[in-house]
Amino acid sequence: MAQYETVIGLEVHVELKTNTKIFCHSSTRFGGDPNTHVCPVCLGLPGVLPVLNKKVVEYATRVGLALKCSIAQYSKFDRKNYYYPDLPKNYQISQYDLPLAERGYLDIDTEEGIKRIGITRVHMEEDAGKLVHQGTISTTPYSLVDYNRTGVPLIEIVSEPDMRTPEEARAYLEKLKAIIQYTGISDCKMEEGSLRCDANVSIRPVGSDELGTKTEIKNMNSFRSLQRALRYEVERQVEALEEGGGIIQETRTWDEAKGITLSMRSKEEAHDYRYFPDPDLVPMVIDPDWVEEIRASLPELPDRRKERYVADYGLPAYDASVITATKELADYFEECLAGYPNAKAASNWVMGDLSRLLNAGNLDISQCPIKPDQLAGLLKLMDNGTISGKIAKTVFEEMFETGKDPDLIVREKGLVQISDEGAISTAVDDVLAANPKVAEDFRTGKEKALGFLVGQVMKVTRGKANPEMVNKMLKEKIK
Amino acid sequence: MITIAEVEHVALLARLELSDEEKKTYSDQLSAILEYAGMLDDLDTGNVSPTAHVLPLKNVFREDSEGAHLPLEKTLQNAPDRDGNFFKVPRIV
Repeated sequence: MAQYETVIGLEVHVELKTNTKIFCHSSTRFGGDPNTHVCPVCLGLPGVLPVLNKKVVEYATRVGLALKCSIAQYSKFDRKNYYYPDLPKNYQISQYDLPLAERGYLDIDTEEGIKRIGITRVHMEEDAGKLVHQGTISTTPYSLVDYNRTGVPLIEIVSEPDMRTPEEARAYLEKLKAIIQYTGISDCKMEEGSLRCDANVSIRPVGSDELGTKTEIKNMNSFRSLQRALRYEVERQVEALEEGGGIIQETRTWDEAKGITLSMRSKEEAHDYRYFPDPDLVPMVIDPDWVEEIRASLPELPDRRKERYVADYGLPAYDASVITATKELADYFEECLAGYPNAKAASNWVMGDLSRLLNAGNLDISQCPIKPDQLAGLLKLMDNGTISGKIAKTVFEEMFETGKDPDLIVREKGLVQISDEGAISTAVDDVLAANPKVAEDFRTGKEKALGFLVGQVMKVTRGKANPEMVNKMLKEKIK
Repeated sequence: MITIAEVEHVALLARLELSDEEKKTYSDQLSAILEYAGMLDDLDTGNVSPTAHVLPLKNVFREDSEGAHLPLEKTLQNAPDRDGNFFKVPRIV
């Protein structure tokens, strides 16, 4: 069998968090009754004129700069013509040959180290409406159309075909999402469709410089489905070539339940968009001072923040990556550090117990019942010996459930660590008296026996005895 | 020269149904229009930057503030068919 190399490029659409649509004053809010967030402009009624929302240009520029693109001095909108009832005008206003931003990149972590993925372009366009089918798209007797989303501003980010594995594609999308979230211009929720990803995939014999025939994969609604869909599609293409067949250039849809990609339509006939400049929208000549103003307002981006965590907090690179993956988590972490300076201990709790409980409850860090200063409070109680590490876990779970302060829980439940020599001594004596054989084992060199005895003392004290003192005292008394 | 096949392709994209006679007519007319516009190819435009717009305007923006929506009954007033709040359209594929 020949060896093949995979070539992947991604097209990502992101919904911008503006108040109003890209070319009219209709609301972008979610959840309105169908066809109630519309006006003559986004309904495409005759005689209306679109006027560009300045915020959209600002937001798109923010993303362009965050992705290290050059911002065009001169840019314009074009009409992309196609007949489909999700667009009432029979064309989508998009950008064709003069996009707002071009030639950027982002860096991803791979097993071979850092890899740079090129960004071809970032352009602005309007979203389409929503079609509701009865059953499937091809068997429905008719379709229902809701134009509330029509005209909601989108940016499309097109990558270079620089990715070579499904894992790299996933890493790219995760990084892209993080960067965009940091810029604050979108929620980037894949499940809700505010971040959507299409993939162009082809394979070629290893060593070849020519690109193979590509397919476009749609309908991947999570990072995991992106990776799965790409794995499947690569395998499918390899099989097709091995069997002597060819690859047809087409759009394929990912079927999450079946775990396969299915042909949607042949690309050549359907895609003849006849782009031309939109005569209703005048060109943009972007003021370089404005671009610099926007650049200056960019927040610290994930890569910089990660570097800072390694350099200033002494965190391992892995910890720094995980914590800076979303701005919210990193903000949480830093707020916690404001009240508790041991970064590594804080990162262990944030990446470990906190993430575990959040995942189990399907919660976002923004919905976390434990506030960062409360977590800091808990860590301090542990450091100053008020509670043991084991008890801290119990208190932590209680905090997660009730949102109460750690001090209060410790007081209410009487969980203060016993560091009183007399009390521990009594407990140790009791345990030794009850387990003479185990004590003897330890005396004759069985190190493991000590663990059992410590466990017994902890049990007697309901986990509250200071473990270091218990250890020390047991050893002394057995000698 | 715009061939009959090209006329058919464009008609399909525009969702137009044309008779054989009409196809012939449009083939002739579109060819004549393109031929006329083709005169521009004879000019030396080496020093002219591409023109997307003829108006001396640029940067017409609006602020991101919400305005009134169209009342539902107005929105659906001209719809050929409706179902509750929705526009109702024939099956697409």
